[in-house]
Amino acid sequence: MTALTFIALIVGGSAALSWPLGRYMAWAMRPGADAGPFRQRLDGWLGLLVGGARRTGRGPQGWKHYVIAMLVFNVVMFVASFSFMALQPHLPLNPDGRGPVEPSLIFNTVASFTSNTNLQHYSGEASMSYLTQLCSLMWLQFVSAATGIAALTAMARGLAGSSDMGDFFLDVSRATFLVLLPLALVVALVFVAFGMPMTLEGAAHATTLEGVAQTIARGPVAAFVSIKQLGTNGGGFFGPNCTHPFENPSFWTNAVAMVAILVIPMACVWMFGRMVGRTRHAAVVFGVMLAFMLVKIGGAVWFEQAPTDAFSGLPIAADVGNLEGKELRLGTTTGPLWAVLTTSTSNGSVGAMHDSFNPMTGLFPMIGMWLNATFGGVGVGMINMFVYIILAVFIAGMMVGRTPEYLNRRVEAREVKLAALAMLAHALFILVGTAIFAVTDWGLANLDDAGPHGFSEMLYELSSAAANNGSGFEGLSDDNPPWNIATGVVMLLARFIPIILPLAIAGSLAAKRPTAQSSGTLGVEDPTFALMLVATIVIVGALTFFPAAALGPIAEHLQQMI
Amino acid sequence: MQTFKHALASSLRVAAATLLICVGGYTSLVLGVAQGLAAPTASGSLIRRDGAVVGSRLIAQGFTRPEYVWPRPSAADYDGQGAGGSNASPAGPELRARGVEQVARYGATEARPLPPELAAASGGGLDPHITVRAARYQAARVSVARGVEEADVVATIDALAFAPGGPLTEDRLVNVLELNLALDERFGSRGGEVSDE
Repeated sequence: MTALTFIALIVGGSAALSWPLGRYMAWAMRPGADAGPFRQRLDGWLGLLVGGARRTGRGPQGWKHYVIAMLVFNVVMFVASFSFMALQPHLPLNPDGRGPVEPSLIFNTVASFTSNTNLQHYSGEASMSYLTQLCSLMWLQFVSAATGIAALTAMARGLAGSSDMGDFFLDVSRATFLVLLPLALVVALVFVAFGMPMTLEGAAHATTLEGVAQTIARGPVAAFVSIKQLGTNGGGFFGPNCTHPFENPSFWTNAVAMVAILVIPMACVWMFGRMVGRTRHAAVVFGVMLAFMLVKIGGAVWFEQAPTDAFSGLPIAADVGNLEGKELRLGTTTGPLWAVLTTSTSNGSVGAMHDSFNPMTGLFPMIGMWLNATFGGVGVGMINMFVYIILAVFIAGMMVGRTPEYLNRRVEAREVKLAALAMLAHALFILVGTAIFAVTDWGLANLDDAGPHGFSEMLYELSSAAANNGSGFEGLSDDNPPWNIATGVVMLLARFIPIILPLAIAGSLAAKRPTAQSSGTLGVEDPTFALMLVATIVIVGALTFFPAAALGPIAEHLQQMI
Repeated sequence: MQTFKHALASSLRVAAATLLICVGGYTSLVLGVAQGLAAPTASGSLIRRDGAVVGSRLIAQGFTRPEYVWPRPSAADYDGQGAGGSNASPAGPELRARGVEQVARYGATEARPLPPELAAASGGGLDPHITVRAARYQAARVSVARGVEEADVVATIDALAFAPGGPLTEDRLVNVLELNLALDERFGSRGGEVSDE
């Protein structure tokens, strides 16, 4: 009963908060004519910051301009962050004397944080200086999340019928300074109030009551963890992420951290709805996303109630669920609940060790990453859902024999091809990638477990990279050149292809003449559409991955039952 | 080409501004508030006894002597700067071996089964708590080693018990380091003045 109450409070609380936040985000990202003088002045300041007067005279910018600006900015992010990390031994704020980082690991880490993935093949407290953590990693947690929100804003402009997609730099500044920064500040202070460390002092040295020396790593944790949770980043200050007591000291930081995972991805749906002027459509999409998430939560929490199988037959009490990899102060439901939230969105932080979940529990986070749109990453989750929507209206249109439409624009061959390409790319990265690692020596050399569990570890790693998630089955030894380079490349491609293709679709739709609503128009605000969308996600999205699931978690579960 | 140049110039400006404000400004502000209003926890919740740091309230330590209550097993060997979980499959031989080992260590029997968290390691390997049940499970050993009444040890445990999530959590927990300090203080093995930093 307490478990159900807890889940209801976290998910319900986030959903309730997302409505006003979505309204605020629409105000922040797309100030209308009625936004008032204060809002106009804010944009004036941000305009100055991004290069102001020189840029205001520009004409309408199409999606290609927007994409070029986004890519150039992301290259700058990559280079700056790479430099901070590579020069770490020579830079200040390094009280514990962290040395150089191996080049393929720098590439992987910077690709990971630039792409909003935050897959971590390193352990923060062991290899990164405070300066690297803040200037290289935490900085990317702000601006990569802002890139996602900006991209969604541009797409929404296109779908609202404007061929001017806006100014990328203005959008990034709005997202960073008006959305992410204020929220991060509030959450960081709440974390501090509940006991999370925030210091620039080096590690503490203790001598235990038994006379043993213990070195205790600490650092500017609260500021880092706050934006990491809010921006669907997920990369922890410490190796074991939010299972580390300094990164999640109490039940209450845990609750706030879980709400922080969900609230912006949820609010993005409402923001999108307001920008295209179709709040009811947004409500239907929100409902579909929520339904998928609740099913996954139910499944994961259910399977994790089984006690640790390895202890069966031993004189160990079996009256509570599997506790391996879980923290007692966070409550027993946190592990599986967090796992679903963090993979439904593309967050990737963890509140329990996913590798030690019961086999079927581990399937639900993977489903989250395979769909990657049941809220999804900040901004990009709604963009991914847009691809499913295009496919859904296409399939529905074909079934009733009408030209499919979305938001009063005809969806034709070009749009469907681009959407299919985006969908295929995601599956291709995961399935082909796993297949390559499964048949090569360097793939098999780094497994912690043989058999289906080892297969799950590889499948999870590539799913996490392709979904820009960042969580992992950490039994995999992933800090070596093959995994560093392969996942680094996958993360970058899987970040930008699914942003660029939908922007191209939006640009192409914006260029079309609006069609008139008629009785034959397929509505996007009713239960029929919701059902079509659910069916498309299940058939196109989930079934693609079913054979791989059968070889991994399902095989392990069946093996355990024999 | 013009587009690229403009984009690069704007990128550099936005990068500099975000670094300055989101890293410099934001971090300083949070740091200032934290150190100003919550210095003990913001510095890592360190606990001192007789002036010396004996550990952090939030970080587990590997107690092994019989007079102390023992924490959960740690896949990271209680390394405060190298935390981590076992990441082992819950159905695999690695956890089986740990289960067998812990059963032997505590002398668990079918009649007196081991509370599961004393066999299962935490995610970070630094979980500072155990349940009240797991603490009481060790009360007999502790009382024998200290030559005191078991009921007094149990009373010390119960006095420190708390529910981390109030009505939202089922299990009551105790902090192992705080409990061991309290045991030392009450039964005076090598007790001393305990203070928060």
